[in-house]
Amino acid sequence: MAPTINRRQILSAGVLAGSAIAINSAQARSISGEVPWQEGEANKPDIVNPGTYEYLTAAEVAFLDAAMSRLIPQDELGPGAKEAGGTFFLDRQLAGAYGQGSHWYMQGPWKKGETTQGYQSRMAPAEMYRAAIAAIDKYCGDKFSSKKFSELSANDQDQVLKAIEKGDADLKTVDAKSFFTMFLQNTIEGFFSDPLYGGNRDMAGWKLIGFPGARYDYRPYVKKHGQKLNLAPVAIKGRPGWNPA
Amino acid sequence: MAKNTAKKLPAVDCVLVGFGWTGAILGQELTDAGLNVVAIERGSWRDASTDFAVTFAQDELRYMWRKALFEEPARETLTFRNAPSEEALPMRHLGSFLPATGVGGAGIHWNGQTWRFLPSDFVARSHNEQRYGKLPDDMTVQDWGVTYDELEPHYDKFEYLCGISGKAGNLKGQIQEGGNPFEGPRAREYPNPPLDMVYGPTLFEAAAKATGHKPFTCPAANMSRPYTNPLGVQLGPCTYCGFCEKFGCGNYSKSSAQTTILPVLMRKKNFELRTECNVLKVLKDDSAKRATGVVYIDEQGEEWEQPAEMVILCAFAHHNPHLMMLSNIGRIYDPQTGQGLIGKNYAYQIVSGVDVFFDDKILNPFVGAGALGVGVDEYNGDNFDHSGLGFIGGGYLACWNTNGRPIEHHPTPKDTPKWGAQWKKAVAKNYLTTATISTHGAVMSHRTNYLDLDPTYRNVYGQPLLRLTFDYTDNEHKMSDYLTERATDIAKAMKAREIHPKKRTGHYDIVPYQTTHNTGGAIMGADPKSSAVNRYLQSWDLHNLFVMGSCVFPQNPGYNPTGTVGALTYWAAHAIRTQYLKNPGPLVQS
Repeated sequence: MAPTINRRQILSAGVLAGSAIAINSAQARSISGEVPWQEGEANKPDIVNPGTYEYLTAAEVAFLDAAMSRLIPQDELGPGAKEAGGTFFLDRQLAGAYGQGSHWYMQGPWKKGETTQGYQSRMAPAEMYRAAIAAIDKYCGDKFSSKKFSELSANDQDQVLKAIEKGDADLKTVDAKSFFTMFLQNTIEGFFSDPLYGGNRDMAGWKLIGFPGARYDYRPYVKKHGQKLNLAPVAIKGRPGWNPA
Repeated sequence: MAKNTAKKLPAVDCVLVGFGWTGAILGQELTDAGLNVVAIERGSWRDASTDFAVTFAQDELRYMWRKALFEEPARETLTFRNAPSEEALPMRHLGSFLPATGVGGAGIHWNGQTWRFLPSDFVARSHNEQRYGKLPDDMTVQDWGVTYDELEPHYDKFEYLCGISGKAGNLKGQIQEGGNPFEGPRAREYPNPPLDMVYGPTLFEAAAKATGHKPFTCPAANMSRPYTNPLGVQLGPCTYCGFCEKFGCGNYSKSSAQTTILPVLMRKKNFELRTECNVLKVLKDDSAKRATGVVYIDEQGEEWEQPAEMVILCAFAHHNPHLMMLSNIGRIYDPQTGQGLIGKNYAYQIVSGVDVFFDDKILNPFVGAGALGVGVDEYNGDNFDHSGLGFIGGGYLACWNTNGRPIEHHPTPKDTPKWGAQWKKAVAKNYLTTATISTHGAVMSHRTNYLDLDPTYRNVYGQPLLRLTFDYTDNEHKMSDYLTERATDIAKAMKAREIHPKKRTGHYDIVPYQTTHNTGGAIMGADPKSSAVNRYLQSWDLHNLFVMGSCVFPQNPGYNPTGTVGALTYWAAHAIRTQYLKNPGPLVQS
């Protein structure tokens, strides 16, 4: 006999963020004889507002600032991940649905699995970062006379990151390779995502590569083969030079 | 044991399970035939103005990486293993493929690459055995039971519904300059001319010609000009925004249910859509020869029974076989005994590519559309002599220019570190000046590539998850390596600074995105002993149950599936309207 349906599970599992269509009856949304549309309704993104860290502790911020500076460093080409607001971006991600793994299948049992079977940890990202950063600082302390990751030289930091990336560092509470894959991905996201999420400050990531951002009509440029277009990047919230409303 | 406590609703003529491309096509066709039709969709209503307006659609993080439009594994997913000897584990994140949820389904976030299969694809077993001899025992490739010629008018109908932009390569047997010379014959031109082309694919085109190939602009469901389709629905011209695949089109210029059918269908009095309702089961009568309706659960957790004269499964590829298993329709396939047909012959796609790095040519990758590219078809299907090569099947090669979204697209040359100062320099140097040639290979069916039910893991409704067992075989690896080598030949002729061929190696990996071209599990055929549905996509078990989508493909050829999914849906709709409704019963005698 199948287990009875758990209504709380259904209602809480992965409800799409930002869904704006209201359910106005006790039953399903039933649509007939019309194309549903309501003026002003839009499934807009959740804009991140500046502020203090909501999830990360000071020690975690210190680690992330330092580690992100090794993954995408500041150099003569421009700001790196830290300067572009990567840690703040990550903080807001971990404090929200991504950090909770709200849309992921988190049910047990949890087995290690083959690499081709993907992520199998019981931890959602917020938990994984918390456990991993503590484990990495301990690993550094054991290897480098009680120093934390953020206190090491750049060279030593790179060695530690490579050991984690390869899985040579045994972090005990988390799988090193899984954590590194997630961390590198989130760092790149913080560098290249739309600034409304708190990263890619001043569109530094887009300026590095020449990506024009949230534009939508390139028809005048389709046949301009081989031409540098010099289009200033635009974000969803606009760009400097636009008149305030 | 608790009895069925679902509240019974008034009966309708037809209930559609799922409301993506096939649900919209059938909703339109069957309401035209005078039926009362109800569509039941687990996700929500979606439309451009509300869900992907041009003011916020360009959000790579939200739509591609946080997967806002896609199926949520928290509610429904599958378990996966490469071989029957392993334990299947849940696909906890989306990766390899991106099923949708919501009205319009994956038709909202697809690329729009719209192909016809080759005439020989539909008779893959008999054609290949005739030419090359007996296929390996474990290769369970089958003929489809329908021919290209029978489907031609229905391919045409879908292409004109969508407004496909392209150039015909074979008009009634006459090969046309500028089109795909290998395609099957078509009755008339595409409804819209090919898209204007950006720089990178034109460099591929020149190199392809120089190496003896016949390149053509790939057929696209991105509009090359404003278009009004036969239903009177209007689409706008594509603006090459580069937020196409994995995104909804805010411009009404990518074909989808929303942009081609729903403005007409939603206004009909004999059509009703229920959203946020998940079908749990198809019900059968006591004789188990007819479906009597479906049971679904709404967002409040209430269960409802919707009785219907016809039930049509219109959910995504693997969800239809899953529902059949949960409803005890047919028998679940067992690779040990070879018995059972539901879940048999799951297939996918094998893809690879060659990166081409220029120093001096600015390609502007962000000027893109989902189906913007130039292709060659010399190595697809049986378009070339396979003697001595050790594989059957093939795929197209194409230089696509779909996007320059930086989280996804930041190519670096071979052996560049994955992070750090050198990585950053390589990304900055190569972003504007790199192209890629992609290979899009077929996957043949195999005895141990299949779907069944997982013994351990359950979805949010407490039902067993679907279990996927799948890996590439020698056939796929040899074929894909061959395609990568042919792509490398053309890449060399592009005279770049350097090229990096990237063959597909090792086991099938569910983690990196590849394609959302899942097929099989409810395969069509001429014989009920070897197929789940007949040539009209009618269940052999329950004559008033029809099953749509790529789950009916007996194996997967070397092209994107949607063109053929659309054609088969119109073909089935035609059979229902002209034969089934007049005389309900099996359309093919078994």
